[in-house]
Amino acid sequence: MSNPDDNDSRNTDNNVSDEHLPSEQGHGEVAPADDPFADPGLPPHEHRRQDIDERAAKRSERTVALLFTVSMLATIGFIASYVAIPIDKIVYIWPFGHISGLNFALGLTLGLALFCIGAGAVHWARTLMSDEEMVDERHPIQAAPEVKAQVLADFAAGTKESQFGRRKLVRTTLFGALALVPLSGVVLLRDLGPLPGDKLRHSKWKAGSLIINENTMQPLRPEDITVGSLTQAMPEGLDPHDHDFLVEIAKAAVMLVRLEPKDIKDPKSAEWGHEGILCFSKICTHIGCPATLYEQQTHHALCPCHQSTFDLADGARVLFGPAGHPLPQLRITVNDDGYLEALGDFEEPPGPSFWERG
Amino acid sequence: MSTATKTAEAPEASSSRGKAPAGERIADWADGRLGIYSLAKANLRKIFPDHWSFLLGEVCLYAFIILIATGVYLTLFFVPSMAEVEYHGSYGPMNGVLMSEAYASTLDISFEVRGGLLVRQIHHWAALIFVVGIFMHMMRVFFTGAFRKPREINWVFGFLLFVLALVTGLTGYSLPDDLLSGVGIRFMEGAILSVPIVGTYLQMFVFGGEFPGTDIIPRFFIAHVLLLPGIMAALVVAHLILIVYHKHTHYAGPGRKNTNVVGYPLFPVYMAKAGGFFFLVFGVITIIAATTTINGVWVLGPYRPDQITSNAQPDWYLGFSEGLVRMMPGWEWVIPGGYTLNFGLLVPLAVFPTMLMVIALYPFFENWVTKDRREHHIAERPRNAPTRTAFGVAWISWYLVALVAGGNDVIALKFDLSINTITWICRVSFFVLPVLVFWATRRVCLGLQRRDKEKVLHGRESGVIKKLPHGEFIEVHEPLSREQLHTLTAHDQYRPAELPPATDENGVRNKVGLIEKLRVKVSRGYFGESGQIAKPTAEEYREITEGHGHH
Repeated sequence: MSNPDDNDSRNTDNNVSDEHLPSEQGHGEVAPADDPFADPGLPPHEHRRQDIDERAAKRSERTVALLFTVSMLATIGFIASYVAIPIDKIVYIWPFGHISGLNFALGLTLGLALFCIGAGAVHWARTLMSDEEMVDERHPIQAAPEVKAQVLADFAAGTKESQFGRRKLVRTTLFGALALVPLSGVVLLRDLGPLPGDKLRHSKWKAGSLIINENTMQPLRPEDITVGSLTQAMPEGLDPHDHDFLVEIAKAAVMLVRLEPKDIKDPKSAEWGHEGILCFSKICTHIGCPATLYEQQTHHALCPCHQSTFDLADGARVLFGPAGHPLPQLRITVNDDGYLEALGDFEEPPGPSFWERG
Repeated sequence: MSTATKTAEAPEASSSRGKAPAGERIADWADGRLGIYSLAKANLRKIFPDHWSFLLGEVCLYAFIILIATGVYLTLFFVPSMAEVEYHGSYGPMNGVLMSEAYASTLDISFEVRGGLLVRQIHHWAALIFVVGIFMHMMRVFFTGAFRKPREINWVFGFLLFVLALVTGLTGYSLPDDLLSGVGIRFMEGAILSVPIVGTYLQMFVFGGEFPGTDIIPRFFIAHVLLLPGIMAALVVAHLILIVYHKHTHYAGPGRKNTNVVGYPLFPVYMAKAGGFFFLVFGVITIIAATTTINGVWVLGPYRPDQITSNAQPDWYLGFSEGLVRMMPGWEWVIPGGYTLNFGLLVPLAVFPTMLMVIALYPFFENWVTKDRREHHIAERPRNAPTRTAFGVAWISWYLVALVAGGNDVIALKFDLSINTITWICRVSFFVLPVLVFWATRRVCLGLQRRDKEKVLHGRESGVIKKLPHGEFIEVHEPLSREQLHTLTAHDQYRPAELPPATDENGVRNKVGLIEKLRVKVSRGYFGESGQIAKPTAEEYREITEGHGHH
């Protein structure tokens, strides 16, 4: 075990004292004969049934061949399923339920074809190929001192021949050139996108925008919105077929709720609404999911992504979760035709916060 | 040699007598150009040790190959475009719905291409299993200390593969552009926006304009199918070359030394086993894909920024980053000058890479503690490195807390619990649980070490109760075999580092830096009396066994 020679052999490769290190496991030294924990060496090989009984070996052979044959049949089954089963056929298979028959048949046959090749090969290796353990010696990875000295000398010679160290002007300008040239690549990235400008601050809402119900695509009237309901809406002039529709709706989507005026805790919020109808951005101020899970009893709006909870009765104040500020509120009123309309854009940018948001 | 010359002269006469077999002649041809005989001499009968835990890495390799093969097939049908189309395919419920070409082509792969759904599901399942495999493989390497010299660099390669697998997974499940994947991209946008100073610029450059724009899917596509797998393929090759070069670790046992490797030759045993195992993995994944739907992209419809579903979850391997975000309170500061710092995202964004870097750097930390410069080729048992094992298990508990927090809404629904309570429990557990787990794991390891020692000194409990002539009952202990004795006592035990004496022999004060003092402290924690049970010595063994003899 603790062979005093161990330390010497290990100290050669560095100057660090190895005194605190344990004697190495399985270091290869022949341990004293009286050491009860000495390595007894590889145990003798034990024959398997197949090694001594040719009939057992034959059985293994047949098993392997059977597995390979099943694989062949499964591949034929795969091709047959591909040709025969219509793609839209739905079948009921317990316990999976109603599933695509083609997908099931193709997957099962292909899976079987692959699995049987694997099972056959592994069974072959385990029962018929030799299971006698063999030993390879390892060799230290670190180079011998002579090799290291040779390499260092070669490197020094090369450095000297290149005059890299002596011609400082060459060296410095080379570093300069190499440092500058990647800049071109960075510059080329500039046109990946536009500059932010004030794009994130504005949405499609402007004074006089009608508020369109997302489901009916009709402008909303105050009487359409009842206490306890949550209505999802967008500004007029947005058409889902527009090519920038997704960009605009990502900022302009709103939800309207009607509260009993006495329930509204924030007077400013009440004033920005109309007879208890409040219109909030539904884009969560955390990362931008629509925060539209509405609890009508408590007037809380919950974002299903990270559970930020906003109190719509209190200016959409954050009650819980990772959102950092309230949902922006849209000032609304009723126009002469009796429709709800916006009094302007959001006063603060809707959606997730960003550095310049303030 | 003469055979080869003759062959070269008359290559068309293939079957005439005296010629070498065709296979040999092809090998000769290749050897003259590639030197394959020298290569084969070193590697054809290369020895690989056998252990089930060595299969975990193989699972990853095979999953990677399956991902490449199925991924290539999917690119033949997938259209990485966000141009808007009206769907008129065979999936009725979506008829007439406006969607991106990416989503429409994903539906086509599922409903129009025969076998397309199967390949898509194999691809997604293989991706999940790939990351599970990496996790398990890294745990195996970590807990057996197989990252020690000379394998630290391969540990880092493996770690990079792990991180790239996460990123490739993220870009991959974003491609279908269904509601779920769109939410994932929105999350990424929010995270980019929260970056101080340059956040909005980065967002515009990544998305080619405002969210969602029309560039992000094509850009993710090229990263997912070319850039990331290209880097990963290179790293996988490097990883494998280093495995071959270092030779595999093996576990302690009779005949297994630090200077050898015991096992079966590459050709034929390992080739059949490993090659067969590839087919097993592929077959099992295919059967899973045939029977279990994954990512049914047709369920929720196309992405629209104003629509959402509850229970939105990322793929499991990014669940922990989701949990970090969900646990974080909504701290947001507006600093003088009117600039916003959104800690609700910035803190999770910083914790996420920190959690990963801890794993990447651990081998270097442990080496700093032990100052051990030797090569290690024998994989340790986790119990014999209690502090390392405790670190590892504590990290896993840390990870699991974040993962649970990432599914807090699902848990709240399934178990009818308050989501706020779950979130608070996770917040507290994130700091407390790893400490408890660390302490408990170390105790368990020490207990197991004591049991090993007991077994070595007193033998195995045989379960046979013997009544002695004077009426006493004893349990007969069977002494261990020489093989077992060796295996249980073959492990390393370090001595804790010590500070040098306060003064040297000339009475001059020894200067010890703060870092060295810290190292000595940590080393005592690792290898002091509280950190390991001294393994039995030959003297103890002899004393006890001879003592028994006197009875």
